[in-house]
Amino acid sequence: MCLAVPGRLVQWLDRDPLMARGWVEFEGVRRECHLACVPEASVGDFVLVHAGVALGIVDAQQAEQTLRELRAAGEATSPQFGEDDA
Amino acid sequence: MKYVDEYRNQKDAEQLLRAIHRRATRRWTIMEVCGGQTHGLLRYGIDEALADVVELIHGPGCPVCVTPAEQIDRAIELAERPDVLLTTFGDMLRVPGSRRSLATARSTGARVRAVYSPLDALMLAEREPDLQIIFFAVGFETTTPATALAVQQAARRGLHNFSLLTAHVRVLPAMEAILRSPDNRVQAFLAAGHVCTVTGQEAYEVPCRRHQVPIVVTGFEPIDLLRGILACVDQLESGRCEVESRYRRCAHREGNPQARRIIEEVFEPCDQPWRGFGMMPQGGLRLREMWREFDATSRFTETASICEVDDRCRSGDVLSGRIRPMQCPAFGKECTPDSPLGAPMVSGEGACAAYFQFHPTIQNAAVDSPGRKT
Repeated sequence: MCLAVPGRLVQWLDRDPLMARGWVEFEGVRRECHLACVPEASVGDFVLVHAGVALGIVDAQQAEQTLRELRAAGEATSPQFGEDDA
Repeated sequence: MKYVDEYRNQKDAEQLLRAIHRRATRRWTIMEVCGGQTHGLLRYGIDEALADVVELIHGPGCPVCVTPAEQIDRAIELAERPDVLLTTFGDMLRVPGSRRSLATARSTGARVRAVYSPLDALMLAEREPDLQIIFFAVGFETTTPATALAVQQAARRGLHNFSLLTAHVRVLPAMEAILRSPDNRVQAFLAAGHVCTVTGQEAYEVPCRRHQVPIVVTGFEPIDLLRGILACVDQLESGRCEVESRYRRCAHREGNPQARRIIEEVFEPCDQPWRGFGMMPQGGLRLREMWREFDATSRFTETASICEVDDRCRSGDVLSGRIRPMQCPAFGKECTPDSPLGAPMVSGEGACAAYFQFHPTIQNAAVDSPGRKT
């Protein structure tokens, strides 16, 4: 039940702080989501949605950093995963 | 799906498995708190692949499982009122109360409907002004913002036919209860990523220091889980004890301040009984005084339920990591997903359901020789 799914914010519908809503796209499927917890989200951002509510914005830089570490570890002779991620 | 598929890469998983094996000089005991992570570990066979260096014990992070039977009885009682439509998450419907589940009650006329979000229940309240719409709110901190938002929106929209039957729970008191227990075996925790998306991880510093236990926040995909386990093993091997995140794309140190604010405006911590655990100090949330009009238990007078739970179910021992699901004598015999004795066999996050679904040897043993002791 604690699963949350990343989807791309494609349009803001309401900017009211309490009623904030927008269209979020999950693999081509659009759903209206509540955005009161992510007022700073911009169109194009990926938001993490649980029970119809966006709980946070996926940090694209951190995601890229993790993948870089995985690739680096794959190439290294003695992998040291995530040393600079602490 | 972006931010999901990249974390299911088999080559990366194999690298990480090798790294964990290389780093471990002995077998360590790690608890994953969240039931969603339990299912991930079993689904991808990570528990088996690491069995020689890591014992994974499964934590209580299944909100449906820890919801007390008497609260389910109360939900059924409310759903049977002619003026009420009771809504809740689909996971909750088949969980047995002391005698019946919400699904059984529905088959005999109670008005019960599964919803995806408490905010969908709010839409029902708008559409059905002659009915009292009650949302049976279960869930950890991941789910609480949605419920709190529903209450605030109901107040704004003047929806007086909407209320909550609350069974929200907090993850940290449960982790502390496990660490305080005299028979605790947990040496490190994998903390639930999406709880931390909301709450942040600062509060984990206290149990981390007090009990000298590494706490690593991680996600739900196999690469996230393996990175989390490697970080735990690395801390344990080097004698360190820190709170760290291996899920930085989704969980920041301070969590989500807006989500935290919304929760704090609506709810306050309270002592709450957990199914299988008993009273959990500060383990639940209740509506603050100013929102009490949205509390279904004060809106509707009800008879107190006397409740006896099936004592063949050892869910308390399973949820606290004392036994594995297959060590319960009823597992796979009197208790199956089709005919569950307890919540962990029903829920999408329950450890018993995960073993029944994904653990081939257990499943074969249960199917081939029903009398066999596992």
